[in-house]
Amino acid sequence: MAKVSFTPNLARHINVSSMTMPASNLRNLVDAVCQKDARLKPYLLDDQSRLRKHVTVFIDGKQLRDREGLSDSLDDHSEVFIAQALSGG
Amino acid sequence: MVLPDNGSGYMYAALNLGHFGPKLHRSSNHGETWEEVATPAFPEAPKDALEAKSVAFIWILERGIDDCLWAGTVPAGLFRSTDEGASWEFIESLNASPGAEEWFGGGYDDPGIHSIAVDPRDQNKLTIAISCGGVWHSEDNGVSWANKSHGMRAAYLPPEMAGDLNTQDPHRMLACPADPDRLWVQHHNGIFRCDETDGYWQEIDAVDPSTFGFALAVHPEHPDTAWFVPAIKDESRMPVNCALVVTRTTDGGETFQKLASGLPQAHSYDLVYRHGLEVAGDGTTLIMGSTSGNVWASVNAGDHWQQIAGNLAPVYCIRFAQADS
Repeated sequence: MAKVSFTPNLARHINVSSMTMPASNLRNLVDAVCQKDARLKPYLLDDQSRLRKHVTVFIDGKQLRDREGLSDSLDDHSEVFIAQALSGG
Repeated sequence: MVLPDNGSGYMYAALNLGHFGPKLHRSSNHGETWEEVATPAFPEAPKDALEAKSVAFIWILERGIDDCLWAGTVPAGLFRSTDEGASWEFIESLNASPGAEEWFGGGYDDPGIHSIAVDPRDQNKLTIAISCGGVWHSEDNGVSWANKSHGMRAAYLPPEMAGDLNTQDPHRMLACPADPDRLWVQHHNGIFRCDETDGYWQEIDAVDPSTFGFALAVHPEHPDTAWFVPAIKDESRMPVNCALVVTRTTDGGETFQKLASGLPQAHSYDLVYRHGLEVAGDGTTLIMGSTSGNVWASVNAGDHWQQIAGNLAPVYCIRFAQADS
């Protein structure tokens, strides 16, 4: 079960807490999180279900490598942090 | 972008959160509290599609037939809601119209819809303006569309393409509420006027100090009266000679008055964006806000202005709301 938590800046807009989800890669995790709380999807993903340009993800302290496909692998102990990217100001 | 209540029951505010994308909120109590509703979104494109669009921000909101909501976006998309923003329908027919593939961005990476004029006599008739994509008209509530940019001129294109219909850059378009056949456009290349009876845009030049600008206001009763906020074209976006003025015509563009009373005439770097100037229903009260965060009002059709706010964030949109009776 990967643990996912969110930047406190997101809480300004929607009340969301950390959660644990079974997922073998980041795409699966993001889809599962957005399915569990539908409010999250338009905040994290664009109209084409791509990660928003100014949202980024850290996996066990390292920034994701595949923004396009979100294919970064996860394991049962992965800790995922979803944050606002400084590219967005 | 904001859409006032004006008796409909809801006021709307479109946000661009930057990191977390565009959002739309509505208020049923004149802004005291807000709730988030659905944001217009492009349909998911097939995997082999050449482009897969995502709404960057909502550029214009207007009311239409049966009190529906219209939204125009960047990238250029037209959306309709019949449930007060709970859901949105993408008007695919516009983007599928021949010529739409020629649209390109003006000021932003992608083209966008910033003006929607709904004919109050027949709300099936819509006219929209796209930067850069020209003016488009529908007679059937958005089922089919035709480009209505004949007469416009694009000096930013190779000379032989200056008259191309699908790449014109209207900065703002408004119809006169009392005479919807009269349309005005503040275009990248100047000021244009169109009477629906002939459907041809007449260019109006020789306006002191400039025909370039973004903002436009049209008198609610008199189609020959309109206001503009001129600026320097292309080289630097600020008032000519750093002196902020409003230009006004009351004879359909034959002549213009340069209105400067009460406005800064030195060291003004105020640019008034396309939704930053508005005239009230009385035709004499105007308000405008600038990218420098200054707001001025006039109660005599622009003859004199008074600053009513300053040091705000850049002002993108000003609209009058009807007072409670």
